[in-house]
Amino acid sequence: MSEPRPLLTLNNLSKTYGDNIVLNNFNLTVYDGEFFTLLGPSGCGKTTVLRIIAGLEDADVGQIHLTGQEISSLPAEKRPVNTVFQSYALFPHMSVFENVAFGLKMSGVAKDEIKSRVIEALEMVRLSDFLDRKPAQLSGGQQQRVAIARAVVNRPKLLLLDESLSALDYKLRQQMQVELKRLQRKLGITFVYVTHDQEEALSMSDRVLVMHKGIVQQLGTPREIYEQPANLFVARFIGEINQLEGVIVAIDGNHQYEVKVEGMQWALHAEHNFIVGDKVNVLLRPEDLRVEYIDAPHVDQVLVGTIVERNYKGKTLDSIIRLPSGVELITSEFFDEDDPSFDYSLNQSVAVKWVPGWEVVMPYETL
Amino acid sequence: MKHFSQFRFWAIGLASVWLTLFVFMPNLLVVITSFLTRDVMATASLPINSDSYLRTLDPLYLQVLWDSLCMSLETMLVCLIIGYPFAMCIAQLPKKWQPIILFLVILPFWTNSLVRTYALQFLLGNQGVINNILVGLNIVAEPLQLLYTKFAVIVGLSYICMPFMVLPLYSAIEKLDVRLYQAAQDLGAGAWSRFLHITIPLTSPGIIAGCLMVLLPAMGMFYISDLLGGAKNLLLGNVIKTQFLLARDWPFGSALSVMLIVLLGFMLWLYYKAANFVNKQGGINGSDF
Amino acid sequence: MAPTFKGLKLIRLSYLVSILVLLYLPIAVLVINSFNASKYGIHWAGFTWKWYIKLFANESMMQAAGHSLLIAVTSASIATIIGTLAAVALHRYQFKGKAILSSMVFISMLTPEIVLAIALLIIFILVGIQLGFWSLLLGHITFCLPFVIVAVYSRLKGFDMKMLEAARDLGATEGKVFMKIILPLALPAVAAGWLLSFTLSLDDVIVSAFVTGPGYEILPLKVYSMVRVGVSPEVNSISTVLLMVSLVMVIISQLLLREEK
Repeated sequence: MSEPRPLLTLNNLSKTYGDNIVLNNFNLTVYDGEFFTLLGPSGCGKTTVLRIIAGLEDADVGQIHLTGQEISSLPAEKRPVNTVFQSYALFPHMSVFENVAFGLKMSGVAKDEIKSRVIEALEMVRLSDFLDRKPAQLSGGQQQRVAIARAVVNRPKLLLLDESLSALDYKLRQQMQVELKRLQRKLGITFVYVTHDQEEALSMSDRVLVMHKGIVQQLGTPREIYEQPANLFVARFIGEINQLEGVIVAIDGNHQYEVKVEGMQWALHAEHNFIVGDKVNVLLRPEDLRVEYIDAPHVDQVLVGTIVERNYKGKTLDSIIRLPSGVELITSEFFDEDDPSFDYSLNQSVAVKWVPGWEVVMPYETL
Repeated sequence: MKHFSQFRFWAIGLASVWLTLFVFMPNLLVVITSFLTRDVMATASLPINSDSYLRTLDPLYLQVLWDSLCMSLETMLVCLIIGYPFAMCIAQLPKKWQPIILFLVILPFWTNSLVRTYALQFLLGNQGVINNILVGLNIVAEPLQLLYTKFAVIVGLSYICMPFMVLPLYSAIEKLDVRLYQAAQDLGAGAWSRFLHITIPLTSPGIIAGCLMVLLPAMGMFYISDLLGGAKNLLLGNVIKTQFLLARDWPFGSALSVMLIVLLGFMLWLYYKAANFVNKQGGINGSDF
Repeated sequence: MAPTFKGLKLIRLSYLVSILVLLYLPIAVLVINSFNASKYGIHWAGFTWKWYIKLFANESMMQAAGHSLLIAVTSASIATIIGTLAAVALHRYQFKGKAILSSMVFISMLTPEIVLAIALLIIFILVGIQLGFWSLLLGHITFCLPFVIVAVYSRLKGFDMKMLEAARDLGATEGKVFMKIILPLALPAVAAGWLLSFTLSLDDVIVSAFVTGPGYEILPLKVYSMVRVGVSPEVNSISTVLLMVSLVMVIISQLLLREEK
């Protein structure tokens, strides 16, 4: 792999609607050829970023550079960027072929070339048998693929996808996720994908940017975002997480602390620098917790609680365990092939532990 | 978008210029003219004064204006009394019939109203359909004088203006929440008090809009009184027309028009008040009951 | 309860029907009389085409009809162009004075025609526009304009705005978006606006009576001067023709507006 080349950079973008600050000093660099995702709850400003890149909206201040060129003064139609809209936005009065050919026609490509490129694009999304259909005669998934073909046929430097899969049902969405990722690799076009669905973001992206209230919360690979959340918001937004409150009681050395959690003292690792007396949050993913029957004496330190809920999920068994302090932990365990009858009963006392180092310790905050 | 677009420039510009030149400016000129002095040579000239408005108080004109206003108001009432139950009847039809009946009501609006007024002469004339029936059935011995009366003018105006009344009424009635009736019935309200306490107040914006759309045109349709009213039953439109085209007293004619515009403004204000009133009552809808 | 309910329904229905009959009765009598051989139309004296033949032989009538058609076609076309563009502007763009523009449209729809008529007369005299063809044309465009704007605008309201953004994103300029996307999709409403403007222009008496000039006679005013004298068979036939033209135009326009729903 060669050194990543920046394709798109956004500098100090700000945007307000009336009193509502949508973007606040927003910066972003997208590298050539990557699948980049803007992830955040609705209203976090992610769609606004996309629309500003596309030229459908103007930022109040800030610069946009594409391949080193400042493009904020270019109108949408002049930018080498195309968008796949959430509602597909196909032209209802045109056939599939005409829809896909639209962009090429606008840029004055020769007729023969239009034909071959449109057919090529439609073959890529496996719709070459539907050239003469009108959008209304296609299923949701097919419309989605036309919308993708219509955008990629122009060979944009950057393809923007605005919640492009959210209108599809669960199964189709999963299938399209795989297809999109494959398409992106094949075309080598840089994708900027906007979604509020963390699962989608993690499974497709090379890098993910988590946004909240117009501000960048964390930028990183899916793995970093999931395993090393920068703050409580990211931790909570990316999947389920257990949150235990604690206090630093001693410093053991480099990033090693003695932390008092649930009345016990634990030796924990933390990326942050703390001093004795700091309040902290100890975060643990449900699948990182191990639950054990209390029948043998434990060598390791454990939390003891009672099962208050158990949900059979097929692949996993999800349980809720109440600790003496009243805090409830969610655990998610894979079934053990050696023990098909593995299960708990309600009110059963169990021990909970985790592999040291899998916890995330961060300064105390509340949401 | 801050990017200049030629299309955008023309789309906004053409209509803005047109409406400024041919709606805004001319109306402003009417107001200005109404304060000028009559001038036979130059149609209107300085000095500025309010004589034209004072002249409307001249007993001679006051009588004409009053009569004309009465005829238009009576027309409005006739349209309301006939149109309200009519609009209710439409709203109670099966959904698929409603647009068809509405279309039949609007259709005459798009046809030549002069011609339709003329057609009324066949019904109202001494030898017309109505008199023929009345005489034929021996209800009256001699044909009644219907044509060239105040009655004929009101019939004509009501006939032409009916669609303007029915449409806003229909759209107001159609929006009524059926649950309100059920609630009122549940609370012991009879049919009449349901109508009085629920239907009428909640459709008041429609009533005012309908009245506005009947009253104002009804004051201006000079050809209706020309054709059906003879020389005695004049509308405001006839007076304005005479001032402009015969008497050449533009300031006075303009002053009369300004009064029409003021009336329009007043009725619009009334309409918005009623619409606000209904919206505030909107909270009643459903949940509070 | 059931019988009274049924009875109520019957009363409602007969009320509906009788009002509708009253609305169309005068028109029916007029049309029938235009084919009546009796000159004064009091009694039925047999079917005849002769009043129509006489009408089409009447040169001044035909000339006025020609003038009217010219004015109607021209004013409807210009009003449709300006009105369609204005509807797009009001629908798509944010600009200074947008509220003023839309309230001017609203006000000019509500203003009694007679006020518009004298207002136009005053400005034409002031600017020095010769009363006749040009004054009639300008006047007719002005009162047709709001109708076109409203017809097209209400069609545009149903549009998916994202579709227009998609077109721009694919490289279409504002003008191209209009020609390739908006116009084809709004065409039924645009056509309906044209047809309605045409009938409004063809039927107008009030504005025309004020802004017409001696040299340029148009049909509605000619009919007006004739009907003031009283019933005549020629007026019956020209009136029937005018009614039929409007009816056909309006029915087509309504079908156009409905089809797309």
